[in-house]
Amino acid sequence: MNRTPIEDKTAIAGIAWTKISRASGKSVMALAAEACLGAIEDAGLTVRDVDGFVEYQSNDSVGTMDVADVLGVPRINWYTDIRGGGNYGSGSVMLAAMAVASGACEVCVVYRALNGRSGHRFGRDAPTTQGRREQWMLPYGYMVPPQWLAMWCRTHMAKYGTTYEHLGAIAVTQRHNATLNPRAIFQRPMTMEDYLAARWINDPFRLFDCTAEVDGACAVVVTTAERARSLRHKPVYIKGFAYGTQGRPSWEHWDDMSEMYARYIGQQLWQRTGLTAKDVDVAEIYDCFTYSLLGQLEGYGFCKTGEGGPFCASGAISLTGQIPTNTHGGLLSEGYIHGMNHNCEAVSQLRGDAGPRQVKGARVAMVTGGAGPHGGALIYHTK
Amino acid sequence: MTNSQAYKKPLPHPDEDTRDYWEGLRRGEIVLKRCNKCGYYIHYPAPVCRQCQSWDIGNAKVSGRGTVYSFIVTHHLVAPGFQDGGPYVVALVQLDEQADLRLPTNIVGCKPEDVRVGMRVAPVFEKVTDEVT
Repeated sequence: MNRTPIEDKTAIAGIAWTKISRASGKSVMALAAEACLGAIEDAGLTVRDVDGFVEYQSNDSVGTMDVADVLGVPRINWYTDIRGGGNYGSGSVMLAAMAVASGACEVCVVYRALNGRSGHRFGRDAPTTQGRREQWMLPYGYMVPPQWLAMWCRTHMAKYGTTYEHLGAIAVTQRHNATLNPRAIFQRPMTMEDYLAARWINDPFRLFDCTAEVDGACAVVVTTAERARSLRHKPVYIKGFAYGTQGRPSWEHWDDMSEMYARYIGQQLWQRTGLTAKDVDVAEIYDCFTYSLLGQLEGYGFCKTGEGGPFCASGAISLTGQIPTNTHGGLLSEGYIHGMNHNCEAVSQLRGDAGPRQVKGARVAMVTGGAGPHGGALIYHTK
Repeated sequence: MTNSQAYKKPLPHPDEDTRDYWEGLRRGEIVLKRCNKCGYYIHYPAPVCRQCQSWDIGNAKVSGRGTVYSFIVTHHLVAPGFQDGGPYVVALVQLDEQADLRLPTNIVGCKPEDVRVGMRVAPVFEKVTDEVT
């Protein structure tokens, strides 16, 4: 596979977050509008400059045209509303970059907004067994991602001897990062004892193996490289991306659940960008659960297959380690903005704005979206 | 009076692709889709063979015997119908006939703490309503 033809043709020019909380007291529209306007203003632009939108959701958010109407965007040249999961944490920005690079639009806002804690809780839609997978799962009480990823995790533990403490090391490390992040929903550190004492959710997962549901929104502005260079911040270029899988893209029928989509998408990503895992200075990896991180670290080549547990326990993923990972605390400890927040943190790091979390000299950042049988990643860099 | 009022867990909604499986269970049989051209078992049921793309699909009985590929013990009780009974096991059982034939299921007749990856299992048929087994 060749280098991506749109390498460095687009860049992130603006980012924004709302407050992350357990009860926003606001409508999802208010959160979306605040994040979008914040990112537009961060770029040094106005709504009159915006001509594209992307959002993704699990039936818990507001659509692009409603947001465009609320903000007063006078004309739109391209827009996409996606019903989909965390893989769109990278996929949504990828799509915006493709639209901008193709000339379909020039200034594209990408957002994720939800009252994920106080409002519509993920996985709590009145479940129906009419879905293709659901009729095989719901009769047996198998329903939500904390169960699916726990099921996958067990195979890694059985095959490689990965332990609860290995998973705990991920949770503890990311919680430490969150204590340096004023936005994070968790502000207090956690010890391994705290992690192990927490209640079971789905063995092998305990409470802190699971992401923290929150209310909040994040947005980024994607524009052309040339336009970005004329705006407020140093551009964070989108160098390349990969998105998909190899194998049965099925949560129940994947061939080897001790591996993830990253075993293939990693290869594609490095070929598309001409990089390797060693070139990445900071990695914001989709961490709906601790094991989601472990599986992707192995697949992308940050450590050898099977060694993810000891790797995470060694300090390698800490802010001062070999590959600082989820420097904001991730979905586990900053909060579950469905992976959109990983893009904002990556850009913040590359701008040099991450304060006490700053990875010194960070020039190349990776963001992934998704876990399990399919997903994707983006590479950002500065020049 | 049927006992369907007492059964609180979700019942499957069979469709054109899955009807034969759920009707098979009522007879105490595990009936899967199988490609008549190449012999590949197709699960979850689908109208086309993912191995050879043939549309000539038939039914085939399997023993239901297999191995626990993986399992979890669910303690956080949010699934409808499962909120009163205490922690329960969900396993992915890999059937003997083909490596990617996996059925999500509960494990009965065994304590959660005794379930193991690689354990041999056999099917148990439970008539939960007059219509559904």
